[in-house]
Formats: sequence, structure tokens, C-alpha cells
Amino acid sequence: MFRFIVRRVLQMILVFVATTFIVYALMFAAANDPVQALVGDRPVSPQLRAALTARYHLDDPFIVQYLRYLRELLHGDLGTQLSGRPVAGLLAQAWPYTLRLSALALLVIVVFGIGAGLVSGVRRGGVFDHATLILTLVIIGIPAFVLGFNLQYLFGVKWRVLPVTVGPDAGLTAYLLPAVILGSVALATAARLTRTAVVESLRADYVRTVTAIGLPRRRVIGVHVLRNSLIPVVTFLGVTIGELMAGSVVTERIFNIPGVGYQLYQGIHLQDGPTVAGIVSILVVVYLVCNLIVDLLYAALDPRIRDA
Amino acid sequence: MRVHRLAAWITLPVAVTLAVTACDTGGTSRTADSGNGIAVTIGIAEPEHLVPTDTVENNGFQVISALYTPLVRFDNTGKPVLDQAAAKSITTTDNKVWTVHLKDGFTFHNGQKVTADSYIKAWNYGAYGPNAQIGTDFFNRIQGYDAMQLTGGGGKPKASQLSGLKKIDDLTIQITLSAPFPEWEKVLGYNVFYPLPDAAFAADGTLVQAFEDNPVGDGPFEIKGSWNHNQSIDVAAYPNYPLTRPKVDEIDFKIYQDLDTMYSDLQAGDLDVSPQIPSDKLASAHKDLGDRLKETPSSVFSYISVPTYDKAYQNVNVRKAISMAIDRQQIIDTIFQGSYTPATSWVSPVVEGARDDTCGDACRYDPAKAKQMYTDADGPHRISLFYNEDGGHKEWVDAVCNQLDQNLGVQCTGAPVLQLTDLRQQARAHTLDGPLRGAWAFDYPSIEDYLTPIYRTGAASNDSQYSSSAFDQTMDQADRAPDEATAIKEYQHAEDLLAQDMPSIPMWFKQNIYGYSTSMKNVDMDLYANVDVMTLQRK
Repeated sequence: MFRFIVRRVLQMILVFVATTFIVYALMFAAANDPVQALVGDRPVSPQLRAALTARYHLDDPFIVQYLRYLRELLHGDLGTQLSGRPVAGLLAQAWPYTLRLSALALLVIVVFGIGAGLVSGVRRGGVFDHATLILTLVIIGIPAFVLGFNLQYLFGVKWRVLPVTVGPDAGLTAYLLPAVILGSVALATAARLTRTAVVESLRADYVRTVTAIGLPRRRVIGVHVLRNSLIPVVTFLGVTIGELMAGSVVTERIFNIPGVGYQLYQGIHLQDGPTVAGIVSILVVVYLVCNLIVDLLYAALDPRIRDA
Repeated sequence: MRVHRLAAWITLPVAVTLAVTACDTGGTSRTADSGNGIAVTIGIAEPEHLVPTDTVENNGFQVISALYTPLVRFDNTGKPVLDQAAAKSITTTDNKVWTVHLKDGFTFHNGQKVTADSYIKAWNYGAYGPNAQIGTDFFNRIQGYDAMQLTGGGGKPKASQLSGLKKIDDLTIQITLSAPFPEWEKVLGYNVFYPLPDAAFAADGTLVQAFEDNPVGDGPFEIKGSWNHNQSIDVAAYPNYPLTRPKVDEIDFKIYQDLDTMYSDLQAGDLDVSPQIPSDKLASAHKDLGDRLKETPSSVFSYISVPTYDKAYQNVNVRKAISMAIDRQQIIDTIFQGSYTPATSWVSPVVEGARDDTCGDACRYDPAKAKQMYTDADGPHRISLFYNEDGGHKEWVDAVCNQLDQNLGVQCTGAPVLQLTDLRQQARAHTLDGPLRGAWAFDYPSIEDYLTPIYRTGAASNDSQYSSSAFDQTMDQADRAPDEATAIKEYQHAEDLLAQDMPSIPMWFKQNIYGYSTSMKNVDMDLYANVDVMTLQRK
């Protein structure tokens, strides 16, 4: 187990460096004119262009810029934005919001997604099963921003039961709606996945066996069926965490949450290489860590994997 | 094995709850309102900067317009007024040497007295090339500006101070321009000319890093706490302000990522003033807000630049025919809910010297005549009309194209360029093979600012590569005019030349469209598209 973790951590370092390289290269290729992006609509005089280019080393070749970035990165410096603010400070400020949002979304997915999947799987063909099927189809079909703006209008503007935006001192209730919207698609998928797996497990030999032994139904479903059904769902959740972070670009914008998604959007918009590389690299690390946790969870769920 | 399983089952929920609760305590508690006094909220987007010489976009300008006092203010007709401004008088005899007398009694929010030095130091900082201040261009008319710029070969500029600035006494500044310019007083009204306190500067003449987040100005409001990035900037009325005090005690500039969200907050009553209304909400906004939806004139002039460098568009009648084939009013009514005014000249009516209908017949919708002219002049059969996709221009560009298709019998297609930066880059290089959309908001309320930057030979925003020696000469004459009235006359002559040559097609003049909550009154927006923080009042 220990060797397994060490190997994965070493892989992570490699992936981290490779990601910064790829993202930096992409940003470099996509950035046609960061100076103009910084100045906006106004014309840029040659003097100002020269000064800004010199300040941010914009005319250095790509590899020089990247190596400078990497060297600073190894010294723990994530670089500065084109507006002059340090990227590290910006991320430190933005991460708590996104983390809170994603964690709550994950909680919603786990509780309601798996719960609904389990119930509809056990009571296959019932009213609940059909209702869930239709509802999940609808949710998967609606783009997040449409769902977001409409629910925001209903709950925030029309009925006034939830705040429209998430302020800096907002409590968890303010995050409820954004979290549901952020997690909606994954929630629906998790419900469908759980249902399928539960239905399959119910037909499995070992379930028939434990039922035949005379174990109470609660224990059959709660331990034997659920545990074996969770393997595909857990894999899915691992991938989902990455998607939640990326999906926060849209949700954070709708609910005015000053998190990582917004910074990423701004960074891309302003053609700001260091910001985007920094955020994406950290997102990748989060993703890798989540997958490591998933792999460890696997071991707990399935002895065959543990022993292999 | 049991332990393993238990650990695994516990990991996930614990991790989740930990993350949730850990972050919960991480949120800073911010007092929503001061507890005493009147506080109002104004919606903005995250400013790029709050250093005056580095601020050229509206969000930053809106905030620092509360934190500083300009040398010159303007009335609604664009005339400079000094009544509530920092300058007592601004005089000149030859338009080259200008003397600014400051009002006595201004102090920075840290207590330091505002003197001529506060201005001179700030301006030198803004003009110095290596500081790379985005608003540096505004200083380029002052003598000695060129010597402060970086030369291509590297190294330091020759000078670190503007030779054209002289302190006469504590409250008097003498500004010498490198060439006479009759509209200079109006230029001084812009935010880059705000003063800076000594506390802003480090020993080596650069700006203290923390100053931007904790700005100290000489305006009616002082910052409360510091710039809470991406969240809010709170300002409170400054008790020692020597001029008329504002009518509210506190303004919270609430930072939004998205206009639609800002609008939702306004509807829900969580926001007092929304300086912009998303264009797709305009139709319903009339119903939602009623008379709390306001329109005031803005300085924005929208036009279409025609590439005079392209053979197909070199005949002036081609350009005029295109202009005459566009029904501006119809596009405004259907797409902009009638909130803009069709343009019949090249100068926004908000500045002195603007005249109606300088464009004449060429801006009047006349499809029959347009078709005739276009055929006679052998205009191109295919027109690509370029626009940037990130600015919400698709609808009206397509509408213009439809009209051209119908009225001129051409094949016009809207040609989207992904980002404004791409479009600007291609426009600068003059590589676009068709007309492109343009918009101009003034830097200072002068007719000159609608002409020089867009139509002078080689000017930065001269997208059509228009080059007319007659136009350039008339502009030179105007710049050298002995007094402002003569100058404006000459500028008007220059505009008449545009009507002959039609390097760009006037489209419309925009308005500030804004809304406010039921508890507000006297919400006004100025020509710079800022909410007037001095008149703002709660009911």
C-alpha cells in the first residue's frame, strides 16, 4: 500500500510539471496581444506597449518565459498577474469559496444521488423509479446556466426565499442553490448509475445466497447490495470532483461567488498565462489527489483489488 | 480488514464536512452596513486598478471618482465648471503655458495637505515610461514627455521628470505643453490627473505596493478598510472635505462578475444602483423597474470604419451608398428597444461644438438612391462586416448586413473575430478586407477627441487608414487657434471634410441606461458613464 502511494505521488509531480508546460504553451499560443487585453478598448501607444512588454517580458521566446515561470514556481512563487497582483494571494483568497461550493455539491450528489438511485433500484418499476427517471433526464438535458439563472430568478427574485448572490460573509444556506445547480448533472448521473448497479446486484448469486441464509432484507441491501453497487459510482465521483471544479466557472459567475472559476475565466479573458497555468495546475493536483483517494476507497470496497 | 473498511467509509464524509466547516470559519465577517448613517450599494465589475494614472476603465474610474477630486468638472453640456472642482482657476494666454490655481483647504484622507507638489509628483510618476502606467498617454502633450520614455535599445529614459511642470507656489502649478492646445483645460478633468499623497511613494520613487489596495485620496469619500478583491470596495464620507458634502454617508461598491446577476440583485432589492442593464433584459426592464429605469446621454459614438486602403471601397460613393442603405432607426427600435439615437454626425452631441446632421443625405435612409449610387460606383458584390464576438454585436451587425443584402443586392456577411484584442490587432495592421465596427467614448469632453484619434493620418484608432492632407491641416490650424471658439470652428471644418470623404459611417449615439432600487432618488450618471456620487440620495 505504501509503495503504491509513493508511486502515485511521484507520478503526480510529473503530471504537475507537464500540466504547467502544456497550459503555459497553450496560453502562449492563444495570447495574441496581452497588452491590448490589459488596456481594453483604448488604443495603445507605442511607448506604453514597449513599457508593458518590457515589464512582463512579453517579447521573450516561449521557452525562456516558461523556464522563468518554472524557476519561480520551484521557489514557491506562482508569479504575478498582468495587473500586478501575486497569483498566490489571489488563489488563497479564491480557493475557500470554490472548495466550499464543490464540497457542498459533492455532499448533495452523494446523499441525494446515491439515495435516489438505491431506492429506485430496489423498487424497480415503481412510481418513484419512473419519476426519478424523468427528472434525471430533464436535469441532464438542461444546460447549467439556464437552470442556474432560472432557479436564481424563482428562488431569489420572485419568492425571495434564498439570497440572489453569495456574498463574502454568506452562510451555507446561500451556497445551497449554487451547489445543487453545480451538482445537478452529476447528481442525475450518479442516481442512474447507482440504480443500474443496484438492479444488477439484486439479481446476483451472492444476494440470492445471503437472502437464502435468512439475513434480514435491510442487511442484504444495506451491506451486500449497496457496497457492491458503489464501485462504479465511486469511480464516477472521483472524476466528478474535477468536473465540479471546472463547472464552477459557470456557477460561480451566476451567483457571483469570487472563487477559482471566476479567476480562471478572468485569466483566460485577459490572456494571463501565469494565472491560468497556476489555477489549472492546482486543479490537476486536486484531481489527482481525488483519484488517489478513490483508488484507496476501491480497496476497501472490493477485496479483489486490495489483494492484487 | 475491518479497520481498512472503516477508514475508507469514514474518509469521504469526513473530508467533505472538514472542507465545508473549515471554509466556513475562513469566511471573514464583514459588517454589512456601518450601523449609523446612510449606506448605499452601487454595482461594478472588478476594477483593473485603483491608481489614478493606471486607471482607464469605468469600474476603477467609478471608484476613484469617489476617492479623489478632479481639477475640472463638467456640466451636462460638456462645459468645464470649477465650482465643485479642485482648481480655483485655470488660465492661459497662448494655449501653451497653462496656470492652474488650486483651491485651499484640501487634505488627503491621511491628513496631509494637498499642494502643487502632490499633483506634480503624481503626474511625473504617470508619465515616466518604465512605470508602464496605462493612462500615460494623457501626459504626452506636456513638454518633456518624450524624454521620459523607454528607447528601443533598453536602459533608462533620459529624464525622470516632466520639464513642462513647474511649481510656482504651494497652490499654483504651471504646465507648459510641447505645442499649443486649446482644449487642455478639458483634458485636466480626467482621472489620471488626480493628485497622490507622499505616503503613496516608496523611497525609490515607485509606488508603495499596498497603496493600490488602500488608496488615499483627496475626495469626498475615503476608503473604509481596503479593496476587498472581487467582492467589494467600501467608502465612507470624508469628514474634512472642504466642498459640498455628499448626501450619503457610505457607498459600498459591490463587485459583480456578471451583468445578469447584478440585475437580479437589483430586482430582489439587494442592490441600490445598477449602472448598466444587460441588453437582453432591456425589454423587460421597462416593466420591472418602471420609472426607476433611466437613460442619460453618454459619450459613446458607434460607427463602421470602411477600409479606404481596400480598392473595392476607395470610391467615396461606395461608402456613402452603404451608409444610405442602412435604416438606423429600425435597427435601434428592434434590437436596442429604441434607447439609442441615430447618428447624423461624427461628434457626440454631449460635447461643445457638436452639430446635428453634418452627414447630410449620406446618413439618411434612401434605399433607391443608395442602390443607384452603389451600382454606378461599381461597389463590391461581397461585403464582410467585421466585429468582435465577445462584445454582443452579432445581432445588430447581422441586421445591418440584411439591410445591405436587400437594399444594395450584395452578399453581406457578418464576420466575427473571436476577441476584441484580435480585432484590434488586425485593424491596427490594416489587414481586414471589409468594414469593421467601431465605438468611441471620449477621454475628455471635446470635439477634438472625436477627430484626432480616429481620422488623423496614422492615428492609433484610424482603422480605415484615412489620410487626408486637407483634414490634417485643418486640425493643425484648429490646434494652433488663438482661442477656444476659433478652435472649435476649425474642428467643425475638419468634421465637414469627413462628411465629404466618409471614412467611417456614423451609426448611433449610445446612452447610459441604468436602474435603481425603490429607496433611492436623484440617481444621476455623468458623461463619463459614472454614477454621480455627490447627488445620490436615499428617499
